[in-house]
Amino acid sequence: MLVVDNICAAYGAIEVLHGISLRVEQGEIVTLIGANGAGKTTTLTCISGLHKPKSGRVTFEGKELVPVPCHDIVRLGIAHSPEGRRVFPRLTVAENLELGAYIRHDKDGIARDYQRIYDLFPVLRERQQQLAGTLSGGEQQMLAVGRAMMAQPRLLLLDEPSLGLAPLIVKRIFEVILELNRLGTTVLLVEQNARMALRIAHRGYVLETGQVIAQGTGAELLADPKVQAAYLGE
Amino acid sequence: MFETVAQQLIIGLTNGMVFALVALGYTMVYGILEFINFAHGDVFMLSAFFALTLVGVIDVGQFHGPMLAVLLCGIVIASAGFGAVVNLSIDRLVYRPLRKSPKLAPLVSAIGVSFLLQNIGLIWGALPLAVFGGGGQPAAPKSFPQLLPSDNLLGAGSGLTLQIKDVLVIGASLAVMTALYLLVTRTKLGKAMRATAQDPQAARLMGIDTDQVVAATFLVGGGLAGFAAVIYALYINTVYYQMGYQNGLYAFTAAVVGGIGNIPGAVLGGLLLGLVRAFSDQFIGAQWQPAVLFGILIVILVFRPAGLLGSTAREKV
Repeated sequence: MLVVDNICAAYGAIEVLHGISLRVEQGEIVTLIGANGAGKTTTLTCISGLHKPKSGRVTFEGKELVPVPCHDIVRLGIAHSPEGRRVFPRLTVAENLELGAYIRHDKDGIARDYQRIYDLFPVLRERQQQLAGTLSGGEQQMLAVGRAMMAQPRLLLLDEPSLGLAPLIVKRIFEVILELNRLGTTVLLVEQNARMALRIAHRGYVLETGQVIAQGTGAELLADPKVQAAYLGE
Repeated sequence: MFETVAQQLIIGLTNGMVFALVALGYTMVYGILEFINFAHGDVFMLSAFFALTLVGVIDVGQFHGPMLAVLLCGIVIASAGFGAVVNLSIDRLVYRPLRKSPKLAPLVSAIGVSFLLQNIGLIWGALPLAVFGGGGQPAAPKSFPQLLPSDNLLGAGSGLTLQIKDVLVIGASLAVMTALYLLVTRTKLGKAMRATAQDPQAARLMGIDTDQVVAATFLVGGGLAGFAAVIYALYINTVYYQMGYQNGLYAFTAAVVGGIGNIPGAVLGGLLLGLVRAFSDQFIGAQWQPAVLFGILIVILVFRPAGLLGSTAREKV
């Protein structure tokens, strides 16, 4: 479904990705784990088009993504819930979700999807008319995931959905990711919480300083002594 | 005393509406690009020249009653369209190529565009048209014909003067501001504008073409300036090539007082500035006008650095 082929990316003169390659197949949950600065977030932004790689190819369902402007990539079926949540702080919860559906024109379907998001995250229903900037971190994370879902993506990119959240909320978010995947959404998940990510993922890639240093199924990586030592704190 | 106060209230409100309309153009562009379009006041000026040219070419002065009203509406719409297109072209030709440059580059360019437009105003004022006094003195103020009746709606004997044009300025401005409010809060474009202003990267992830949103913002801001220009010309009856510089400075001040980037703030700032100016002219003296206005600006900014309605800190996530 998604093929990232040997991409290099730089911020100014500093290259942060030195040839990353990975694949995501239809129906999978794939996770990218690694330390801060390993290049996980940049890899996601190179897929959603916020950042353009300086070399290499990204193809989605056979279509080359690098030349496509960011605002059109979401139209191809890729939604990105970015690092730091990035909800629109002075818009209401409902307006944030509405903007998630910006590319859609099916009013009935959009109305159904609001209810779906509110059913997944009941707290958002209670806070519909509240400004997103006044939500707690966990609520903002739920909103960011919900907003990305409103685009009806076939591939969902999630960047650190568990960051800074209480364990109970992290658990809820991971349950929702599994639920979305069960309903047919393919997920590429970037996580610092490697253990939880590998538990729910079909496959994973380990990134270190802009390169893939290991890959395998979730279970394989969990059992890998090097991964355990470096990322699972054992 | 009551009549004096009420009279200044009318003058202040009408002037304030014009400031507010121009201030909206500054504040909307700032809200999205964090950039002051210093040429905005000059778009206002050129739109007034455009309106005066139309008035001269059509010879609007010979019409009366409903025909005059229709023509005036047409001129208002045409001038708003003119202002919109000029403002959009400036963005497309000058600011957009500099979008990724350091912030000082578009800012300095905006000052350059301002001078450029003033010179276009000078050349325009040299056209050999009767309404431009034959074009012999390009820099001289041109008189904009008194097209609206100046009868006192309160009766000839009243100590208070309320003319049709006062009512028209306030009414039409309120209508345009309401339309803008609905555009920004209710429409898809308005929501895209607010989203782009708050987080342009996240807006692009939603599928919003932020270049188009910026273009639409320049279009709307220029339209407001063009509209304000005709209203101002009909009200003050004088246009000249530096009118954009002076009124633009006041409108920019209004936008800052209200909280730059904040739409209701621009309206509040404009009205406040208009009222303060009217009362200061009446009770302190016209020669003190800039001192009073900018003195108040400084006091407000000392106590509320982000302006009256501006938030003092950006929301942190």
